[in-house]
Amino acid sequence: MPLLEVKGLQVEFRTHDAAVRAVNGVSFTLEEGETLGIVGESGSGKSQSVLAMLGLLASNGRATGEARYRGENLLGMPARALNRIRGNRLSMIFQDPMSSLNPYLTIERQMTEVLELHKNLTRREAKKRAIAMLEAVRIPEAAHRIGQYPHELSGGMRQRVMIAMALLCEPEVLFADEPTTALDVTVQAQVLQLLRDLQRDFGTSIVLITHDLGVVAGLCEKVMVMYGGRVMEQCDAATLFAKPSHPYTIGLLRALPRLDQQGGELAGIPGNPPNMAHPPAGCPFHERCADATAECAEREPALEAVGTSGAHATHWLRACHRPVDAMTTRYQESSHV
Amino acid sequence: MKSASLSATLEKAVAGRSPWQDARARFLRNKAAVVSLALLAIITLACIAGPWLLPNQFDSADWNAMSVPPTFAHWHLFGTDETGRDLFVRCLIGGRVSLMIGALATLTSVTLGIVWGAVAGFIGGRVDNAMMRFVDMMYAIPYLLIAILMVTLLGREFYLVVLTITVFSWMDMARVVRGQTLAIRSKEYVEAARAIGVPTRRIIVRHVVPNLLGIVAIYTTVTVPGVILTESVLSFLGLGVQEPMTSWGVLIQDGVGVMESAPWILLFPAALLSITLYCINFVGDGLRDALDPKDR
Amino acid sequence: MSDATILSVRDMRVHFQVKAKSRLPWAATRTLKAVDGVSFDLRAGETLGVVGESGCGKSTLSRAILNLIPATHGEIVWMGAKLTRASAREWHAVRADVQMIFQDPLASLDPRMTIGQIIAEPLTEHRSGMSRQDIDARVRAMMTKVGLREQMINRYPHEFSGGQCQRVGIARALIVEPKLVVCDEPVSALDVSIQAQIVNLLKALQAEMKLSLIFIAHDLAVVRHISDRVMVMYLGRVMELADKHALYETPRHPYTRALLSAVPVPDPAIERGKVVQILSGDIPSPIDPPAGCVFHTRCPMAQARCSQEVPELRTLVQGVSAACHFA
Repeated sequence: MPLLEVKGLQVEFRTHDAAVRAVNGVSFTLEEGETLGIVGESGSGKSQSVLAMLGLLASNGRATGEARYRGENLLGMPARALNRIRGNRLSMIFQDPMSSLNPYLTIERQMTEVLELHKNLTRREAKKRAIAMLEAVRIPEAAHRIGQYPHELSGGMRQRVMIAMALLCEPEVLFADEPTTALDVTVQAQVLQLLRDLQRDFGTSIVLITHDLGVVAGLCEKVMVMYGGRVMEQCDAATLFAKPSHPYTIGLLRALPRLDQQGGELAGIPGNPPNMAHPPAGCPFHERCADATAECAEREPALEAVGTSGAHATHWLRACHRPVDAMTTRYQESSHV
Repeated sequence: MKSASLSATLEKAVAGRSPWQDARARFLRNKAAVVSLALLAIITLACIAGPWLLPNQFDSADWNAMSVPPTFAHWHLFGTDETGRDLFVRCLIGGRVSLMIGALATLTSVTLGIVWGAVAGFIGGRVDNAMMRFVDMMYAIPYLLIAILMVTLLGREFYLVVLTITVFSWMDMARVVRGQTLAIRSKEYVEAARAIGVPTRRIIVRHVVPNLLGIVAIYTTVTVPGVILTESVLSFLGLGVQEPMTSWGVLIQDGVGVMESAPWILLFPAALLSITLYCINFVGDGLRDALDPKDR
Repeated sequence: MSDATILSVRDMRVHFQVKAKSRLPWAATRTLKAVDGVSFDLRAGETLGVVGESGCGKSTLSRAILNLIPATHGEIVWMGAKLTRASAREWHAVRADVQMIFQDPLASLDPRMTIGQIIAEPLTEHRSGMSRQDIDARVRAMMTKVGLREQMINRYPHEFSGGQCQRVGIARALIVEPKLVVCDEPVSALDVSIQAQIVNLLKALQAEMKLSLIFIAHDLAVVRHISDRVMVMYLGRVMELADKHALYETPRHPYTRALLSAVPVPDPAIERGKVVQILSGDIPSPIDPPAGCVFHTRCPMAQARCSQEVPELRTLVQGVSAACHFA
């Protein structure tokens, strides 16, 4: 049984003006030890999907569909049962470590709280475990740092404390919502290497939400590309970067400035991100797609299996009316190598 | 293709939805605020027009109808007081005075507060420090004692009552305007204006003041109830407007004296005062929600 | 690109006084050295990219060049005229030629003004003789040039997306036909697909209007696409200043090398096999910068000399300068 199985997840927010459908049918699976990258721009619904799964939506949000963790549906689970899983079997780290850490509590207090709650440890045992975890995330002088407050640490260190807190109970899945976006490039490199090593040592599955395809390339085996609340393409990382088959993925890769290539023309995707209060009919990407046909504007393309790809025979799914071959040849022709 | 470009050029410039229109739409959605606004309008109209339309005079004593409970006879809808004066008309006349003092004192204190706060916020540094410490001092002074002192020394003319009330009602606005000015000063669009080369005075007029209006509107509606209440307290202590002029505070004071024998004399002015204050507060809340940028 | 140098900055320093930790009134104030000795030249039509991480002083530098923050020390020469200690009137005249584009597209636009008014503001400020119709015509022409529909002229900033707001910012900066535009992280807050649009727009407008650009960013890949020369800053000092090709192909300064190796590349084969030069420790505070070379606390090549002597920015080969004892 897969660790995580999401089917037809939908998230809707009720506002004064209209109902905003932030997530419009997302499905994926996560096996043990796998790393999944969820890629999308703002408004794609990537963060809201994960927040919905963990029951962290805003009060005017409603999630429907299925999100099964080891067979149990997380959506609609009563708070008590959900609390036993959150922080314990499934944990999450967020983008801005300063607002995720309580500025009035020491690091020690925040970390021991997690252990006392989920593992029933005494204060002293919890503190020992916490210091060990801080050392595992390579915080120098961990025994001294644990008594400090969040504002006394740098941004990179705070993010590492967040990772340590998330891993305290040895969860099976770690959700990371843009964990390195707010960090400097050199600090980001440190944190990404840390995540790689931790994954190798603890065997945790990671779901990484990001807009940075470079980060995904370094860390994730499986990638899911979202746009306008729907999944556009899903396959293993090597295939996605070498043979992308969806117009949006192709557009995204061509729009990326790359260090490994000479500065040439950056091909932007024309138009603007969709307004999720009044989403376009048919495929959410059709208004900006160079290959759109009349069908694209009328019918939503279903997420269909194209086959398997990559070393682990990951399922290759895509949601597009245009055929795979036409798209992959198009990418081959236009790539500026 | 040709027709598309033709229609594009014929298409007139689309009018935008300004932040004010957005705020107005949000305000109108708030039922409590809209009802309160309507109620306030009714009360104000009644106070202005009522005494002209009603047959009874506010100062004509009718010895035949002393302390009469509310009745439809002779238009004594609120009853009469101990000297036979019609309470309904007196309430409306009292309303005129209370509301007028409220409006005037608010106007002066708001103006003083805005100027004080904007100057302090914009100049900053030591001047700001000094000006705000002055405000702190004003807060520390027990206003009632000083108000009593001022009224006793200067007299109970209408404008002097307004002055006394103003002196103790401008500080909230000054603080709030100063805070908002500081916030606006550090906004990127002010920096952009400086980068363009717009001189300071034009930045204040074009960029700072329009963005202050929101908070000014909100805090004006916060100031008004305070002002009306201060006037009522002064009148209740016998330091408000002089006879034969009356205000809600004076009427309440009269009513307290005969609370047990003729409760309606206290009830009606007190109810009017309370309703007015509630309504102003709801309108203020509605404004605050409407102008809150978080909703955008 | 002509050889005429239009802007010359020498030994620019911007220091701020901050209160000491202990808050007691007699505690000595400390100095925050945001910019601590930056010198460079800018030629007409050239794009200078400025990169660095947080605390490097690149934003402060941009503000100091425009005198939005007063420089503590240093010389600015614009078109041959010395601007240090210039009067407000002299700066006002210069501002018609030097404009700025900001990082947060929405925050840099006054929410109570229509975008027509926002774009027209520099015109009303510097070309006071123009009639209302002329101004209107110029604004509309500029809107079309940056890719905004004319019909949107009476709309308000909050009705636009991030990318469109940034186009308004660009239109506002370019409407007075300046010679230099300082762009402070203009695409950092935008989505990838929109970033590419804006970068292409800036390049096209630069070629068309013969502008010089100072392009500040933290994203090295974006800077590579738009710059002719690149300046790498760290803790208020210049580490390396080189032609684009030289910097990206053969970086001479250890910090530049570490930066370049740390940028994730969207190619799993490359990323997985990459050996990243992880720098030890965190970025020191600009209040207490390390002695000698400011980078020595994290530098893999540091020696005793590095903590004692400040390395000068010296020219190594034609078009490449680095501030390192061992470059």
